[in-house]
Amino acid sequence: MAKTPVNFTLNGSPRSAFAGPGQNLLDFLRREVGDLTPKFGCGQGTCGACTVTIDGATHLSCLVLAESVEGRAIGTAAGLPDGATLDPLQEAFMDHFAAQCGYCTPGMLVSARALLDANPRPSRDEVIEAISGNLCRCTGYEPIIAAILAVAEGRARA
Amino acid sequence: MTTVETYPTLAEAARAMGGDAVYLGGGTLVMRAVNEGGAAPRLLRVTDPALREIRASGDTIRLGAGVTMADVLAHRDLAFLHAVARLVGGPQVRNMATVAGNLFAAHPYGDFAAALLALGARALPEGQGSARGVEELLRDRDRAGLIAAIEVPRPRDPRAFGFRKVSRVKPKGVSVLSIAACLPRESGRIRGARVAFGAMGPTPLRAPGAERALEGQNLDAESIDRAAAAATEGLSPPTDEIATEWYRREVAGVHLRRLLTEMGAS
Repeated sequence: MAKTPVNFTLNGSPRSAFAGPGQNLLDFLRREVGDLTPKFGCGQGTCGACTVTIDGATHLSCLVLAESVEGRAIGTAAGLPDGATLDPLQEAFMDHFAAQCGYCTPGMLVSARALLDANPRPSRDEVIEAISGNLCRCTGYEPIIAAILAVAEGRARA
Repeated sequence: MTTVETYPTLAEAARAMGGDAVYLGGGTLVMRAVNEGGAAPRLLRVTDPALREIRASGDTIRLGAGVTMADVLAHRDLAFLHAVARLVGGPQVRNMATVAGNLFAAHPYGDFAAALLALGARALPEGQGSARGVEELLRDRDRAGLIAAIEVPRPRDPRAFGFRKVSRVKPKGVSVLSIAACLPRESGRIRGARVAFGAMGPTPLRAPGAERALEGQNLDAESIDRAAAAATEGLSPPTDEIATEWYRREVAGVHLRRLLTEMGAS
């Protein structure tokens, strides 16, 4: 079956790979591109573990047709650290024990980063709303909310 | 095996449609089916940016079929629909899910379609055909063809339109039911009452009993009582993982009463 070439940027770097017919973006990023940070959870758009940004807006990569991202800018959790320096959200997630099994964490971080980029001083309710599409079965959400608010309020380790 | 066909315009996609093809919009319905192995063998997609256009002219707002819930939330002229769009899915789904796609969402989804039904919105088919009421489209979704845009009449008084979604999980939960009510008033009396339920049938449906109880009345305790009592008349709500038929029947009137009471007080 014919594969389709797809040119896009991943975390700011130009990339090209071949997408299979009907292949979703999550599978494409993991298998063809080698970015393993987006996770497969449900394949139904329920859990948010596969969250990535497309042109800055969060999307569920399991429900995006891979070939439809031609020319677009994809962002994943792999793009959060700047070299050896973690994103303040990543530091805050560690400090607040916001990850237990860690499976939801890359999706949570992508949603949280998108929130803070659009709204650097969110309220607690806005944080809850922003991560409402990301399920976490370990933490009960409170440490995650605390971590995001700590960054928003400038209390996180720099 | 799935194949994907990409067209620059909806007209070209319409010519290529057939029984073995499905139109791929925002992906939240069709890609899920693809992932589960249950999609039609041919996926047709259209890249025309006109499908994302929102145009307000007079009392009608035209939403391109591919306008997303997030697009609705970002548009000032659509403030009356913000409370509805905000309750569809989570943030990622709202960045993807389209207004026309919501018309085709299977139970228990389709809360936005319930609002369009109550507002008396019309769907413009691709090509020369004339706009059809959303109500008519929902009665026969399988033969709806491709939708180019949705025309939404803007309520003259924004307080005439109300929406409520009932879910067990908040802020992102699936509907036990949703209710949309459009109750324009002339000298205090309701003229042209339209009440629609989501998740109370295979598609969003109007509530004829509640509409009859409200038509020509003031929105007061008495008419609200009668509308609540008649809320489920003619409806046979489904039983699913979210709620049983019995439960939906029991609470539909309660939630309708709360919505109407809010609207009466505003």
